[in-house]
Amino acid sequence: MIHAKQVNKFFYAPHKIHALKDASLEVAPGEVVVIIGPSGSGKSTFLRCLNRLEYADSGSIQIDGDDVLDPKADINTIRAEAGMVFQSFNLFPHKTVLENLTMAQMSVRKRSKAEAEDKGMMLLKKVGIEDKSNVYPNQLSGGQQQRVAIARSLAMDPKVILFDEPTSALDPEMVGEVLDVMKALAKEGMTMVVVTHEMGFAREVADRVIFMDDGCVIEEGTPIEFFKNPKNDRTRTFLDQIL
Amino acid sequence: MSLYPGLDAPRSKAYTTIWTGIFFVTLILGMTGLYVATKSVDYVWRWYQVPDYFFYQEDVETLSEIDGFIDHIDTQGETTLVTVKGEGETEIYTLPTESLLAAEGDYIYYGDPIGSQKKWQTGLLIYGLWITLKVSFLAIILALFIGIVTGLMRISDNPAFKWAAITYIELIRGSPLLVQLMIWYFVIGTLVNRLLMDLGVAKVPTLWFGILSLAIFTGAYTAEIVRAGVQSVHVGQMEAARSLGMSYFEAMRKVIMPQAINRILPALAGQFISLIKDSSLLGVISIRELTKITREVVTSSLQPFELWIVCAALYLVLTFGFSLLVQRLETRAV
Repeated sequence: MIHAKQVNKFFYAPHKIHALKDASLEVAPGEVVVIIGPSGSGKSTFLRCLNRLEYADSGSIQIDGDDVLDPKADINTIRAEAGMVFQSFNLFPHKTVLENLTMAQMSVRKRSKAEAEDKGMMLLKKVGIEDKSNVYPNQLSGGQQQRVAIARSLAMDPKVILFDEPTSALDPEMVGEVLDVMKALAKEGMTMVVVTHEMGFAREVADRVIFMDDGCVIEEGTPIEFFKNPKNDRTRTFLDQIL
Repeated sequence: MSLYPGLDAPRSKAYTTIWTGIFFVTLILGMTGLYVATKSVDYVWRWYQVPDYFFYQEDVETLSEIDGFIDHIDTQGETTLVTVKGEGETEIYTLPTESLLAAEGDYIYYGDPIGSQKKWQTGLLIYGLWITLKVSFLAIILALFIGIVTGLMRISDNPAFKWAAITYIELIRGSPLLVQLMIWYFVIGTLVNRLLMDLGVAKVPTLWFGILSLAIFTGAYTAEIVRAGVQSVHVGQMEAARSLGMSYFEAMRKVIMPQAINRILPALAGQFISLIKDSSLLGVISIRELTKITREVVTSSLQPFELWIVCAALYLVLTFGFSLLVQRLETRAV
C-alpha cells in the first residue's frame, strides 16, 4: 500500500536541519504500523511526507501505486485516498459537525448532498456522536472533536489513514475514547500509519512498530519482539525512559 | 464593563452617575457655546428653510395651447375633463378636479392656466445623497472584489501575481486620493474618451471614473486587510482541507476565506466607512455628490451653518447605517 524508500527532507528555516535521513517504510494493505520515537526525531515529518503535506527532497514515495513525488501526479486524488488525522484536530470551525463531514465528499468525491449526509451520519454513529451532528466543533470536547476528525477522513473512503499524534492534545480521560475508535478501525482491516506516544496502543493494536531517532528509522519489528528485547541501544534507552 | 474586570475594586454607583453627568453637561455646554458664538456674530439661523432642500412643493400649471372659450367642464370624481373650443379646433385637457381654475364660458388665450396644482419634488440634498449612496455602494462592491483578488495574489507564490499585487498596493497607498482622482479624470479619462470618440463609441460617464478611482484606492487597503485575514487562519485548516483532497482554490473558498472574512469584518467596515467619506472628494471631478451639492446650495441660500451641519449629519446617517449592517453580519456569522 505504501512504499517509501530512502526519503530525505531538509528544513532551511531558521537554519538547515536534516530532518529525514534515508527513512524507508513499507506498509501492506490492512496493516497497522505504529511509529514511535523521541520528539524531534522526524516521525511527524515522515508521516507528513507520505501525503505530501511536506515535499520530500529525495527518495521515492508510492501510495497505492501512485508516485507521490511526481510533480505531474494529481496530488488531490492521491490525498483523497490517504486520509489524515491531526494532533490539533483541525476541524472547520465555521461548519457544523455534519458539514465538516460532507464538504469534501461533495466537492472531491462529487457525491450528492443527501448521499454525503447519509454517509456522514453513518460515520458519526460509528464514532458514537450522531447526536452532535448539528453543533459546531467548538462546542465539543477534545475527544469528541478528534472522533469527528477521524469520521471526516473516513468519509472519503480512504485506502489508508495517517494519524499524526491523534491523542497528544487530549485530556487524559479522553484519550481512551479516541483509541477505542482507532482500535475498532484496525479490527475492520483499515490500513493505518500511526505516530503516537501511546505505548499501550502500539503493543495491543500494531502489527509492526517502528522506532525513529534523529531522522533515521532505527529499528522495526512486531510489538512483542520490539518491546521485549529491543536490539538497538537507542531504542532500549528510549523505552527505559518512557516505560 | 471594563476590559480588565476584577483587577481593581468595583466602581461605586456615584462614580458612574457623576461622570455620566459630566459627559452630558460638557456636551450641552459645547453646543450652547456654539449657539451663543453664532449669535454674537449676528448669524441668523433659518432651520425652517432646510426641509425645502429635501422635499418641496412646486406649482404645476396646465396651460391652454389655443385661444378660445371653455365649452364644457366634465367632472368625474377626482379628475375633470376640460374642453376648450377655438376657431376650428378643440382641445381636451385632463386635470385633477381640485386644481381647476377656469369656469365654463371663460374666454382664454394661448398660455393661460386652466388649472394649477402643487406637486411634491425631491430637493437637491436628496439628489446629492442618492449619488453619494450610489457611488459608495458600487465602489464598495468593486473594492471588495479587487481586494479579495489582489489579497490572494499578494500571498500567491507566482512571482508575476505577487509583484503585480505589491506594485499596485504600494503605488495606490503611496499617493493622495485627490491626486489619483485628478489622474483618473484628466489623464486616463481624457485618453479613454478620446480613443472611444475616435472609434465612434459613446463616452464613459464621469461618474464611472469616480467609482473606479474610489474602488481602486480602497481596493489596495482591502487587499492588505484580506491578506492579514487569510494569514491569521491557522495553517492546519489549509492542511486539513488539502489532506481531504480539496484543491488550493476550493480550500481557499470553502475553508479559509469564510473564516478570514469573518475575522476582518470590523477592519473592512472601517475601510468602507472611509470610502463613503472619501466620496466627498468626487466633487472636484464635477460629480454632484452630497458635498458638492451642499456647496452649491450654500452658494444660493447663504445658510452655510445649517447646511454644512446637515451635510455632516447625512454622512453620519450613511456611515452609521453601514456599520449597523456590518454588526448584524458579524453576529450572524459564527
